[in-house]
Formats: sequence, structure tokens, C-alpha cells
Amino acid sequence: MPKVGVIAVGQSAFVRSYPGSIRELAFEAFRDALSGSGIKANDIEASLICSAPEYDKQRTPAGLVAEYLGLNPQPTFYVESVCSSSSSGLRTAYALIASGLHEVVMVLGFQKMSEISSAESQERMGRGADIQWEAPFGTMMPAYYAMHARGHFTKYGTTEEDLALIRLKSSTYGVINEKAVFRKSLTLDKIMEPKYIATPLKMMDCCANADGLSCIILASEERAKDLCKKPVWVKGLGMATAPINMAGRDTFSGLKCAQLAAKRAYEMAGVGPKEIDVAEVHDCFTIAEMMAYEDLGFAEAGQGKELIRNKETYKEGRIPVNVDGGLLSKGHPIGATGGSQIRTIALQLKGEAGEIQVPGAKIGLVHNIGGVGIYGNVTIFGVD
Amino acid sequence: MGFEQFGVVSFTATTKVEKFVDFLREGKVCGTICKACGAKFFPPRSDCNCCLSDDMEWFEILGDGNLLTYTEAMYAPAGFEKDVPYLLGVAEFKDGAKVFGRLDKSMLEGGITPGMKIKLKTVNLEEGRISYELTSA
Ligand SMILES: [Zn+2]
Repeated sequence: MPKVGVIAVGQSAFVRSYPGSIRELAFEAFRDALSGSGIKANDIEASLICSAPEYDKQRTPAGLVAEYLGLNPQPTFYVESVCSSSSSGLRTAYALIASGLHEVVMVLGFQKMSEISSAESQERMGRGADIQWEAPFGTMMPAYYAMHARGHFTKYGTTEEDLALIRLKSSTYGVINEKAVFRKSLTLDKIMEPKYIATPLKMMDCCANADGLSCIILASEERAKDLCKKPVWVKGLGMATAPINMAGRDTFSGLKCAQLAAKRAYEMAGVGPKEIDVAEVHDCFTIAEMMAYEDLGFAEAGQGKELIRNKETYKEGRIPVNVDGGLLSKGHPIGATGGSQIRTIALQLKGEAGEIQVPGAKIGLVHNIGGVGIYGNVTIFGVD
Repeated sequence: MGFEQFGVVSFTATTKVEKFVDFLREGKVCGTICKACGAKFFPPRSDCNCCLSDDMEWFEILGDGNLLTYTEAMYAPAGFEKDVPYLLGVAEFKDGAKVFGRLDKSMLEGGITPGMKIKLKTVNLEEGRISYELTSA
């Protein structure tokens, strides 16, 4: 496979309600990615715009964003796999570059969720599940992940306090992330307050909706070396899918799509879970991070709780996970999330992650899930 | 009378398996079996992805199942607010047929534990709507 490198990363601040329009939000991350990089709009040969469309009044946002960023007349199109849209965008960009069709491709993930109410947004997210057979019961994302939490508790003896420890870790890093939406320091008592959303998940087990945008620019080996001093290389791309309907699942203690995506990514990269120095996982809920520990092989099935109890996923631990605060603290602007995770890993591998830098990190992993385990994207990055 | 009568709020007006709702009115929760290859489906399908046949017959989910997981939802998406709190769960029946749906609210009194025995019942909702629920066997 030809080498494909990440040559620039950018992100807007993730906020509850962005005081501007989608095109302006897009420009913030675009400017952040390009500033100081020496890369210019006319170096970008194609752009992929990634989001979950049901939040926007604007139809066909790719055309709108490409115009505002000054990317006409180059190709642009839309990529969607709900919460993992921008990882699917990265996968598509890789293919465009590895095939030789383009040399420099931008992946821009966005979501402006604040245009609709929280109940409306839950209803739209619920319709990210099977609308014929499940939505008529009143489904929403917290309830689906709550059923997985119950499944994990029942099978492995995991507890609500184990999940609270994951939120506690998240807040430790959220406090110092200037781009995070939730920057309050939390105590275990506060996290354990019995404000249930869908049992056994409580308020603090859930990430917040946010407005935000991420921007990743990728290039062929030659152009990457030309345009960037320290490119971060895409080493492994794994994607897998699982039935959208809960009736089609054989387990509620892990996500099959993530397990298979991880296997495929590890195989392509030629590394195993022990060789990962730093990871970003899709912690839309605390239970999602717990399952990710096991689905990615950082812990044996059922042993994820030991990782967090022993603080192994803190910055100083054996396998640092979500040391930028994760979705739980950063917020989860659906289409932008994967790109934000990729940005964190790229900065880590370049040694530019500041306060949250994992010393000497050389191989990083991004785990980005769409829907309740419908789409699993696992991507591995390396410095050489 | 079609499929839009299924559940609290329906998002699907037409489907080739709308007979599912007629069976609910007879008190039966049914899936489909492929007549060509024997594959069994719940929720019901009109097309077999195993052999491509569209020749299906209906079967009723009978007997006791095993509760796999559940949650009590304390908030609801738009359109379901009046039902809060409500229970959602998944149970597995004979031949591995899994059924997702609401759990009977009265189950909260006796306590709910994954692994407990479950049976299915149909429930009449407001304005002639109809659904099914998982309840203790
Ligand atoms: Zn068949």
C-alpha cells in the first residue's frame, strides 16, 4: 500500500451553542489547520465533508462549505456514518490518495446541534436506530448504551462506580482542554449522584451535545514530505458493521463492529494492542469507553474495570486513553468527533500535545463508533 | 389499517410485512420463515437474505424467553414524554429469536433481573394503536 500521511489538523472549540452559521464554524477549523502549516487552499485537490445530516436546515452542505473555504472548483462530496462520519471520511480520503486519484485531500467533519431542542435531537438520534421496529417504542441513544451497561454488569460484575471512575478520568483532562465544552472539575460523589437518564446510566455517564468542527488534511508520501516537516502516517484502517437492530445482536457486553474493525486495523498496521502508546476511544457514554478497552484488546473481556481501577488509562498509565477529556468532556458534535480524535492522536505523535503529551508516543489509535455499534472505525497512526 | 398503527409513534407507513399488525390484533407476535430455505426472522422480513427468496410464511413466537438486558428510561425523545419512565429490553426466545421492545411497567414491583423468564403479550394503545410488550412469565 502507498503511504498516506496526515499533514495538518485543526479543530474549532466545541461549544454548547456556536454563535454563527455552519460555514463560519467550518472556517474556524479550516483556519486552525492551515495556520502556520504553509499549506494553502489551492494545495487541496478534493474535500470530503462529513456530518449527520438530520441536524441541519442546509441541504447538501458539502457544496456550501467548499465555496466558503475557497475550494471551488475542486471536487467535494459528503460522507456519512453518523458519529463516525469523519473517520469514514478519513478512510475515503486514504482510498482517494492511495489510488493515485488525488494527492492532497481534506476531511472536514462538522455538526451544529444547537439549532434544535435536546428532546428533538434525542428523537433524531433515536431514528439513527431502526425506525420500523425500534423507534416506535421510544428509543434514544442513552437507553441503547444503558442496555449494554446492564449487559456488561450482568456478565462481568462491572459496577456504576467503575463507570464513574471513567468520568472522573475524563474530567481530569477536560479541565485543561481549552477546546472542551465541559471543563468543570468533578468529584466521584458528584458523578455518582443518582440522576438517572436510563438506568444504570446517570447524567455524568453521558456526553453532551455540542457544536463543533474538525479538519484533517492528508497527502501522498511525496506531497506529505514536501508540505509537512513531521507527517503522521496512516498505518492501519479497520472498518466493520453490525446489525442496526438490537434483535440482531449476539451480545450486550461489547460491540462486534469495534472488535472486528480493531482486528482489521491491527493486521494492516502489523501491530497489536500492546504496541499502542496512546488511544482515543469513542466515549459517548462511560460504558462505551469500558467496552472499548476490551473490544480493542487493551484488556481481556470483562477486565476493563481493572484498567480504570488501577488508573492504567491515565496519562501515566500503561495505555493512556482519552487524555484530551474524550467525548464526555469535549462534547460530541457528531460529524466532527472522529476528526477531533484524529487531531489529538496526530498532535500526540508529533510531540505537540502540550500538557497532555504522552512522552515518546510513536503509535496511536483512534476508535470511532457510529450509532450503537452499527459502524466501527479503528484507525492506527504512526510516526514512520 | 396498516403498519402506521404499530407502536406509540410510527415512522413507517407502508411495509410488505404489515400483516404483523393484523397478527397483533389477534394477540400474536409473529416473525417470518423463508419457505425456500427455512431461515427464521424476527423482526419479520419479506425478503430472505440467505437465499434471495420472497416466499415467506408467518410463525408465532411462543413460550418463555430469557431476558438478556433492559433499562428504565427516565427521559424520552419528542413524542414519548407522557410515557416516562418506561422500560426497554431484549429477550431471547426459542431458536434464538430475539425480541426488542417495552417491558410491562408492573415488572418494576417484583424486581427485574437479566436471566428472568419472559413472555410476550400484545397491548392496545390509545386511538386504536397496537403494540407488544415483554412481561414476566
Ligand atoms: Zn431463504
